[in-house]
Amino acid sequence: MIKVENVTKYYGKRLAVDNISFSVKKGEIVGFVGPNGAGKTTTMRMLTGFLAPNDGEVEIAGHDMLRHSLEARRYVGYLPESIPLYTDITVRSYLEFAARLRGLEPARVKDRIDAVVSLCHLEEYVDSIIGKLSKGFRQRVGVAQAIIHEPQVLILDEPTIGIDPLQVAMTRQLIRDLGKDRTILFSTHILTEVSTVCERVIVMHQGKIVAQDRIEKLATILQGGRRLRIEISGPAEQVASRLRKVDGVTQVSTKGSRHVVECSGAQDPRAAIMQAMVESGWTVLSLEALAMSLEDVFLKLIARQEAKQ
Amino acid sequence: MKNTGTIALRELTSYTTSPMAYVVGAVFLALTGIFFGYSSATYSSTSVSGYLGPGSLVLLLLGAMLTMRLIAEERKMGTLELLLTAPVRDSEVIIGKFLGSLGLLTALIALTLYYPLLLSIFGDPDWGPISAGYLGLFLLGCAALSIGLFASTLTSNQIVAAVVSGGILFALWFVGQAASFLPKDLGNTVAYFSLSKYYPDFTSGMIDTRGVVYYLSVTVLFLFLGIRSLENSRWN
Ligand SMILES: Nc1ncnc2c1ncn2[C@@H]1O[C@H](COP(=O)(O)OP(=O)(O)O)[C@@H](O)[C@H]1O
Ligand SMILES: [Mg+2]
Repeated sequence: MIKVENVTKYYGKRLAVDNISFSVKKGEIVGFVGPNGAGKTTTMRMLTGFLAPNDGEVEIAGHDMLRHSLEARRYVGYLPESIPLYTDITVRSYLEFAARLRGLEPARVKDRIDAVVSLCHLEEYVDSIIGKLSKGFRQRVGVAQAIIHEPQVLILDEPTIGIDPLQVAMTRQLIRDLGKDRTILFSTHILTEVSTVCERVIVMHQGKIVAQDRIEKLATILQGGRRLRIEISGPAEQVASRLRKVDGVTQVSTKGSRHVVECSGAQDPRAAIMQAMVESGWTVLSLEALAMSLEDVFLKLIARQEAKQ
Repeated sequence: MKNTGTIALRELTSYTTSPMAYVVGAVFLALTGIFFGYSSATYSSTSVSGYLGPGSLVLLLLGAMLTMRLIAEERKMGTLELLLTAPVRDSEVIIGKFLGSLGLLTALIALTLYYPLLLSIFGDPDWGPISAGYLGLFLLGCAALSIGLFASTLTSNQIVAAVVSGGILFALWFVGQAASFLPKDLGNTVAYFSLSKYYPDFTSGMIDTRGVVYYLSVTVLFLFLGIRSLENSRWN
């Protein structure tokens, strides 16, 4: 449904998207992950036809976004990052405007408004002026306008940013539900989010795609938690060198009696570590799993990518 | 066509919630009212040229003020992103916006018909010249709106848009006067492009086809430039 081939985008002289290619199949939910400035928004703007790429091709449902832009745009529902809405009109008039503009037949407009309003839990606010709504409710209106014309392709730019946890959960559920019968690409810089919502992830960093794979394959990296902080009573040097010998441990850094252990592979090395310490007669005072920071994960993914090449 | 109507209607309704439109409209009516009172008191004439003449400059300002936000504001608020990703042609966006603003301008011009109606109560105005004068005002209004709309596509700052369109409008208006300082042939050619060249004919009651064609051409030209400029913004 979505095909991106060798797409490059410059803002003036600044390279924002650097020769990326990927595709999303019909019915897939794909997470688009990357730190701020990675180029996610720019890519999505090219997918929706708001920006034209300097090079490369974008295709939606078989229609080229440059040459047959109107055809291609018909298939797409879009929630931009900042959730831009007209603030001077009511939710209902806005949705009506959006529905007509997106090409919904006039006879269906009313029913579709009712449907999206209930789907996005906006019943109480449909006659409120958008400018008076809180960020959370505006986000719901943003989602409602994106799906009002029942698009086959949904592009959501950071749909869960800046809203309260309850609504984040609601939005994720909505994405899962919508994803049952349509293609969704949504961006986020929260790594745990992708594992709860999507089947496949595309990771972007500095304008390039550094990884794209099914969620299970990236899960261990993306979920983090494979870095341990252990406090052990025993001779630090020896403890560290013993730790290095444990299966799955890749790196140990030591500070006093504390050791930070990096692990690779799918299995959990904690049991093995415990056993090794006990066998050597040292006592494990504490052991905790450290969540990996976003930056760590990206660095790993980039390292992995470079190793592959 | 349907999309154009949707956009025009949305624009027209959004003027009704905009304090700016009320203020600008009120100032326009007040100024033309003053010109009307002055011209009918001074010359005790029953013609409209007395207020449609100076009213033209107010109309240029009005054109710039009513159009400055049309695209600039959407660009600033980010709503342009939704407008330009809908299956709508850039030309439909521009023409829809133009028609929306033209709707309001037409309503404002219609309100000034109050003055000739007053004249018809106290005298016997000649409706022929009045119609010609109003046609001129309307055509000049079309040109002013399209120039203002074009300026609004260039920036995300409404004030900048207003200054640019004001600049173009007044340059095109006064280039006619300036032309008299130029050598004769050159001067005539330059004057041909001036917004003010044909206007006095209309207010004095003549409908000059060349004038009609001229104002409509300027309108079409700037609508076209507006469409191109909107298209261009996708490549930035
Ligand atoms: N309108 C713009 N003009 C110039 N540079 C921009 C613009 N938008 C984004 N950029 C730059 O392009 C890069 C990618 O930005 P963006 O696509 O917004 O990333 P993300 O959505 O992943 O945070 C960043 O370095 C950003 O500073
Ligand atoms: Mg972004």
